[in-house]
Amino acid sequence: MSARDAAGAGPLVSLGSIFRIAARNLLRYRRRTLLTTLLVVIGVMSVLLFMALSGSFRALMVGQITDSMLGHLQVHRKGFLASVESLPLNMNMKPKLVERLEAELAARDDVAAFAPRLKFGAMFSNFTETSNIRITAVSPEREAIVVPLLPSRFAEGKPEGGLVVPGSILVPELLARGMKVKVGDEVVLVATNQDGSVNGRTFRVQGILESMTGPGGRDGYIHLDDARTLLRMKEPEVSEFAIRLKDPSRAMTFTKELDRELAEIKNPQGKPAFEVHGWQELTPFYNILRIIDIMTLAIQFVLVSIVLVSVMNVMMMAVFERVREIGTIAAIGTQPRTILALFLSEGLLLGLVGAGTGALLSVAVVFVLNTVKVAFSFGREDLVLAPTISPESVLVVAAVVVGVAVLASLQPAWKAARMDPNTALRHV
Amino acid sequence: MSLIRATDLTKTYANGGTPIDALRGVSFAIPPRAFACFVGPSGSGKSTLLNLVGCLDRPSAGSLHVADTDVGALDRHAAAVFRGRTLGFVFQDFNLIPVLTVFENVEYPLLLVQRWPAAERRKRVAEVLEAVGMLDQAGKRPDQLSGGQKQRVAVARALVVKPRLVLADEPTANLDTATATLVIDLMKHMRDTFDTTFVFSTHDPRVVSEAEQVFALRDGQIVDDGRSNAPATKEDSHVRS
Repeated sequence: MSARDAAGAGPLVSLGSIFRIAARNLLRYRRRTLLTTLLVVIGVMSVLLFMALSGSFRALMVGQITDSMLGHLQVHRKGFLASVESLPLNMNMKPKLVERLEAELAARDDVAAFAPRLKFGAMFSNFTETSNIRITAVSPEREAIVVPLLPSRFAEGKPEGGLVVPGSILVPELLARGMKVKVGDEVVLVATNQDGSVNGRTFRVQGILESMTGPGGRDGYIHLDDARTLLRMKEPEVSEFAIRLKDPSRAMTFTKELDRELAEIKNPQGKPAFEVHGWQELTPFYNILRIIDIMTLAIQFVLVSIVLVSVMNVMMMAVFERVREIGTIAAIGTQPRTILALFLSEGLLLGLVGAGTGALLSVAVVFVLNTVKVAFSFGREDLVLAPTISPESVLVVAAVVVGVAVLASLQPAWKAARMDPNTALRHV
Repeated sequence: MSLIRATDLTKTYANGGTPIDALRGVSFAIPPRAFACFVGPSGSGKSTLLNLVGCLDRPSAGSLHVADTDVGALDRHAAAVFRGRTLGFVFQDFNLIPVLTVFENVEYPLLLVQRWPAAERRKRVAEVLEAVGMLDQAGKRPDQLSGGQKQRVAVARALVVKPRLVLADEPTANLDTATATLVIDLMKHMRDTFDTTFVFSTHDPRVVSEAEQVFALRDGQIVDDGRSNAPATKEDSHVRS
């Protein structure tokens, strides 16, 4: 079969040839191509850097909440969270249940550490005034591993000799100010135990804690042994276990997995003995984060739309300015699909070059930001911004932008492909 | 046997609500290897006729056969295939692709229309560029060429696909006298070299005198305007010997 006979029945026109011609067409209008590519680059950089910075800010915020207060997830006895406002002592886990749960948690690779807590309400007195206080009693060594940023919440005092030493109390900032309590002062906690009998005990103020948002954010902290003494517990009960994961990003997935697996452990009524909650369910801050996520998505949409309009504009101009040329190549027998491919390739190249350059520059900027270490204040903390871009994010954003560039070229390319050669050749 | 045979060919355009007859019952035949031209004033129907023969437009009535194909019956896709395989075009404004070199402009139909293998493609492009005397200019872009050189490249592009028919609409309109003569001589020489039929339109008397077959058009009809000699055959009317 000769080359002529093969015409029309052979493979599709070489993509390399189409790309080569498309590239030259783009270079024909260097300034316009440069400006459009620049817009694509700015669009990609804006999206990626916004993602990196907002992601870093989000991670810092989440880290503050999980690492200084909540842990990544918590396990309670079933029904505890529904009545958390009253901090019911009768919803504590008994030693057998505690033992069983500890064995379950210790067996899981995802779990980096877990710490028992006892939560209860008490009266807080400075000998002249009395107020309510929520108390979280902790095992200091284990708590310090699960919430390593808790010491950073010390507005006054220091975690010397342990996060909270026996006989000491960490007082929430608002309460301390309201009752004019300072570090080193003696205060009294009065609590009612499960039987209804009241007991009191003197504590020395070891530190004043900065308040945080959400349950536990305004709690005072004492040693677990002190709490059991104060509440005259006959056996060591626990209100909750705070859990730290090796990979915080698995919090939501692991919460579901653990909840499913612990559901096998039943209470005497034959129902699951435990309930598992990720940090997302434990703080109202998560709703704010979700709003921020939606806003981030909206901003990304706007930025990608700018790319869409820019590429569409330049491609429409390209078609408009090359009507006679389109007529010529159509007249000499170029199939409409080849003309379509030529113009789509121009959009694709604009997208590829813009997205590639934008991605590379974004990675470079993130590298610089991480090298320079940009710090800002959050409460009493000086937080260092640590923007990161995952390869997946870069690929997804680049793919979306390239896709949008091709999409933007589709209408002009279709118009070019459908152009009547006779009319196009007469175009002035 | 005719390469082009038109019978009662009519083309009517609708201008708003008013029909305009661009061609009115035109009949003619052109044999293979002819060097024929259509002459006539603006609006006489020359370009319309070439557009119909070139499958760039479809007749309103009558029949038109080119290379044994009823071109009036071709749809858009089939017309494109037919043009790419059978026809070559030379335009008044050259219509070279400005971003491509001379070589690439000539290569274009082989690459994107007929899809020749690379080695054969390069050989064929060199062959036609050599034939039109432009091989030494192969690396230049159209904007680096004179008008005559551009039209030589356009002729090479038309010939590269080994068409049975080359259509040229006013090929010398934008050229000076000397260059126009050279281009016409070139086209004639190419007809002899490649056994290709050339049909062109013009109102340039210098060009008309070079044509071997002249069809004079006026108001959409072929007329005997006194410039054509006796027909060689009954079918091939208006033939200059």
